Amino acid sequence: MLTKRIIPCLDIKNARTVKGINFKNLIDAGDPVELAKYYSKNGADELVFLDITATKENRKALAGLVEKIAKNVNIPFTVGGGISSAGDVSILLQSGADKVSVNSSAVKNPELINRLANKFGSQCIVVAIDARQINDNWKVHLVGGKVPTEIDLFEWAAEVEKRGAGEILFTSMNHDGTKNGFANEALARISKLVNIPVIASGGAGNMQHFADVFKIGKSDAALAASVFHFNEISIAELKQFLNNQDINMRV
Amino acid sequence: MKLVIIDYGSGNIKSVKFALERIGVNAVLTNDLVTIENADKVVFPGVGEASSAMVELKKNGLDKLISTLKQPVLGICLGMQLMCEYTEEGDTCCMGIFPIKVKKFNTELKVPQVGWNNISKLKTDLFNQVNENEYAYFVHSFYAPWSEYSIAQTTYDKEFSAALHKANFYACQFHPEKSSHAGQQILKNFVNL
Repeated sequence: MLTKRIIPCLDIKNARTVKGINFKNLIDAGDPVELAKYYSKNGADELVFLDITATKENRKALAGLVEKIAKNVNIPFTVGGGISSAGDVSILLQSGADKVSVNSSAVKNPELINRLANKFGSQCIVVAIDARQINDNWKVHLVGGKVPTEIDLFEWAAEVEKRGAGEILFTSMNHDGTKNGFANEALARISKLVNIPVIASGGAGNMQHFADVFKIGKSDAALAASVFHFNEISIAELKQFLNNQDINMRV
Repeated sequence: MKLVIIDYGSGNIKSVKFALERIGVNAVLTNDLVTIENADKVVFPGVGEASSAMVELKKNGLDKLISTLKQPVLGICLGMQLMCEYTEEGDTCCMGIFPIKVKKFNTELKVPQVGWNNISKLKTDLFNQVNENEYAYFVHSFYAPWSEYSIAQTTYDKEFSAALHKANFYACQFHPEKSSHAGQQILKNFVNL
């Protein structure tokens, strides 16, 4: 049976890992390659790397890093951050990335999704969507969730599927960083609306939150950062916990 | 030992090369017919869309060559589907090594199937030291139905072929290069065939 997926997310700046990672000196937590190896050994189903600087000068460094990760890791990984053209994607895939994620540039130029899907295949195009619930409406946001748009989350999710996205990575800005659980209601709605896998992001605080995001949020995969990086949740224990609740996991 | 990976401009073949490097095999990426013909082992990867991949293969006669190879050949994902006789993807006639028609998933479940699924009913040396129900990583919208050539089974909506075998030809629907330790073992087994 197809399992649900657990995906640690690593923020990258100047080819190093950033954002409070605490492994109590077990490994060099600033080295994305070491972290990737650690996570792949400890049960992660996939990895996501987000280049948070994403400037032109850093592109080369990122490609070099992607190649190092690809050499050392035997599970799939996605690279995102500042991707705005087929050329960007080509370099990352040729360096060994399995998938890329596009976000703001797809909102500004939706045609980009079609172009990337046609050129590289839907299977490697993840469209990341950041949205915030304002009153009763979910609005898509740009630039890491900072800039609001008038675009409705659900309309956009349906559109990216139609344009050829292979997966949707949805981050709720209302939940991100709160550790109060995922945006299950919105996630379930997206999951019902589209026929491609949905990766949930934003809000993981404890193991039950993951059970809820699969059972109530109907997500296909769950992404989190700090709960894994600070060792608050071990992926192996989390998967056992979910398996015991009849959520199919690779353990 | 000379192992080549057929490079016909299809997607991410670096990860296959890196996976082989991890087990100590330095593979050559090539589309040169003579180099491929003279290799000890041939890996035929593929991601992307079937009809455009067949067009690429036909450009320099790779489609004809692959079906006549005598050494062990391992098709991966789209590579496996192109080794069958037909796929519903783009209504495409393929190489016909396996007399199998590849179908599109017709299900309430999400398509493509993306992620880790069990492989069972494992047969042949390709799966030496791989446990029944081991997990492998899949990304696909089309599948080869269960047949006499099946050497591994996976269930997504229905049972289908996770791997195929006929004479010197082996093929798997999942990505061994991305399937953690089990995938590494399968690549090792292929190298040792």
